[in-house]
Amino acid sequence: MRTVAPIEIAQPHEASLSASDREAVFETRGLTVSYGKVPAVSNVDLSIYRNLVTAIIGPSGCGKSTFLRSLNRMNDLVPSAKVEGEVLYHGQNIYGDGVDPVEVRRRIGMVFQKPNPFPKSIYDNVAWGLRVLGMKDDLDSRVERALTQAALWDEVKDRLKKGAFGLSGGQQQRLCLARAIAVEPDVVLLDEPASALDPIATSKIEDLMHELKNDYTLVIVTHNMQQAARVADLTAFFTLERTEQGGHGVLVEYDETP
Amino acid sequence: MTTDAARFTLAPSRRTKRRKLVNVAMQGLATLAALSAVAVLALVIVSVAQRGAAALNLDFFTKTAATFGESGGGVANALVGSLVLVTLATALALPIGVLIALYVSEFAPPRVADLAQLVLDVLNGLPSIIIGVFVYGLLVVGSGQAAWKGSFALAIIMLPLVARATQEVLALVPPTLREGALALGASRWRTVLGVVLPTSVGGILTGTVLAVARAAGETAPLLFTTSIVANTVTWDPRQPMLSIPLSIFQLSESPDPADHARAWALALVLLSFILVASLTARTLLARSRRKLER
Amino acid sequence: MGLTGAATLAAFLLLFGIAWKILDLSRPAISRYGFGFITHQGWDAVHKQFGALDLIWGTAITSFLALLIAAPVSIAIGLYLSELAPRGFRLIISTLVELLAAIPSVVLGLWGILVLGPFVGAHIEPWLHRHLGFIPLFSGSPQNVGVLIAVLVLTIMIVPICSSICRELFLSVPVELEEGAMALGATRWEMVRGVVLPYTRSGVSAALILGLGRAVGEAIAVSMVLGAGFGIHWSLFATGDTLASKIANQYQSADTDILRSSLVYLAGILLIISLVVNLAAQVIVRRFSHQRVGGT
Repeated sequence: MRTVAPIEIAQPHEASLSASDREAVFETRGLTVSYGKVPAVSNVDLSIYRNLVTAIIGPSGCGKSTFLRSLNRMNDLVPSAKVEGEVLYHGQNIYGDGVDPVEVRRRIGMVFQKPNPFPKSIYDNVAWGLRVLGMKDDLDSRVERALTQAALWDEVKDRLKKGAFGLSGGQQQRLCLARAIAVEPDVVLLDEPASALDPIATSKIEDLMHELKNDYTLVIVTHNMQQAARVADLTAFFTLERTEQGGHGVLVEYDETP
Repeated sequence: MTTDAARFTLAPSRRTKRRKLVNVAMQGLATLAALSAVAVLALVIVSVAQRGAAALNLDFFTKTAATFGESGGGVANALVGSLVLVTLATALALPIGVLIALYVSEFAPPRVADLAQLVLDVLNGLPSIIIGVFVYGLLVVGSGQAAWKGSFALAIIMLPLVARATQEVLALVPPTLREGALALGASRWRTVLGVVLPTSVGGILTGTVLAVARAAGETAPLLFTTSIVANTVTWDPRQPMLSIPLSIFQLSESPDPADHARAWALALVLLSFILVASLTARTLLARSRRKLER
Repeated sequence: MGLTGAATLAAFLLLFGIAWKILDLSRPAISRYGFGFITHQGWDAVHKQFGALDLIWGTAITSFLALLIAAPVSIAIGLYLSELAPRGFRLIISTLVELLAAIPSVVLGLWGILVLGPFVGAHIEPWLHRHLGFIPLFSGSPQNVGVLIAVLVLTIMIVPICSSICRELFLSVPVELEEGAMALGATRWEMVRGVVLPYTRSGVSAALILGLGRAVGEAIAVSMVLGAGFGIHWSLFATGDTLASKIANQYQSADTDILRSSLVYLAGILLIISLVVNLAAQVIVRRFSHQRVGGT
């Protein structure tokens, strides 16, 4: 499809920079992701901007998750996945020669639809990534900072050594968020992070996103227009284009969230 | 833009390079381990094939061992013995194993089923020499060795294998099949006999083939039940009989290289049978599983 | 239903019958030697002084050393077959590894005495003795039979069992957990070390214990390659005997009642060890599956 530049609509409480004045963290060019022969998402040209929340929305099956996962090369884990086109991260194609997915995922974190904490203690869930990536100095304060940013610290500070599975669904998801931001990524991708949660837990996550975007760039996949309206600065609409093989997703519109 | 590209570079840091090295090294070790296992398999098969093929001839299959001092002769008695021993053992283990599996899968209350499962698992893990000693004490003491007593010992070893294979295939029978029969008014037994068992026959047979392959290779249970034999070919299960593994075991203890050659040849026959049976059973099992899952 | 229930009852009775018969046959030896049999060293048929200690040692050293080698190898193969191998290879290699399990112990024993033993005795053991002979493990003179060869043969027997259980365990790790680790920027190995191995810890332990049980009970292959020696030695080059192999070696030529009964006493000790090991593995497996359900 064609590249759509974001349209500016005056927002009374948005005193910050407009999107087009910010730099693009991501720029996809002709991105097509197929599983085997069947494309899931086709020819997407989209830019993601710094310190904003960008929502990806569309009907089910239109490849929103596939698109999201192509931003941190998680599709590499699926053997039949094939990626065509470019995904430029600060100008570098993450699918270029010699780019290691490990480095990509270091900068671009992800929170999944179903909370997936490790079968470890709450502390170790957050600390594991830090240890692996060599950010072991001051581990305790890093863990505390991450849990605070995820609005979970007060609830767990007295049971850090307890297992993560003892937490409620909403708490587990915030733990996964803490785990992702502990390693100081540049971008956090969220794949329908609240769809498995109750309304109260959902609103906690949504409130968090307003805070987090000051430090990170956020991309959220959601199927809920109201949620996009609540959290997103920019919304990209995908739709399902039907073909004989089924359907694949294409980008149709990309504006500031109405 | 340039400063950001530098700050957010995707070029690997020194630490990442080291981590990647460790990753590759670990993958290398795992590959090495797997290839070593395959290499050992190949080594054993090649040894057996090379050394065994040399001693194979017509006499080997048709004659029994030559009297001491003469050359030539064969292992006909061991071949016949294995055939009789394993066939009898299968005749005993197959029906009982299937019955037990039916009980555990279809009729038993959950607690009893768990316990029965545990008993089967423990039986499966018992050293086969203990089973040999048991059958010796039960049947041989006072009345002498006989092939059917050896078969009884082999049957004990085959029993958990047949039962487990049957259970696995019974579990694959879709519940709708059972419900359909019951809804038509059939009793549980008729449902089992008429519907569940026929669907499971393929899996039961292949499980039996695997159990047969196992029994064909067992030596220890036969050591005390059917190893003191006359040097003739006999088909009478009331007489003691040699089996192929027993013969290999005895021949290996002899200092005569001709006996070693015969042992290799027997090993070739045994290994060929077992490998072919195992591979066939596995492919059939996979196929019948796929059929049931459709 | 009566018929199937009767068959199952027969299985229960069989297990108890085995234990009872072993106890029965070993009674003469138990009443003569008591429990001191277990700690008595030496096996003297002439003076009718029998003791199990040498054999318990032989069983322990061969089985544990075999497990020591087999454990990392099995885990590595399990990981290879579940995580690392190219998809096309997985089925072939896992079938080949399972075929290794199908090789009868008598054939492995034959290969052991006639191929592996001479090779190890002529090349490996002298090298070890030359370079590491100051360690008691490698003292003594190299032979074509002995503990080292028995350990190698037992390892070959344990690895297929343990690795195929490990492979199934590793495949059962939920993919979301693996993705969560990869998304943080971990390498495959780091993900395995941090998520897969801890998640499957109990199951892998059970698998290894089952492998140990297999090694403990192996009579034929061990009796062929261990050399039927006596005494308690530290050297890997020494010959020896295990509980199972002693029974296999001596039972047929046992001429006195007390010798036979002592051999069955050995069988009883072996039975107890085997039951303990097996039950431990089963308990771990059962507790492990409950733990997974309860922990989520």
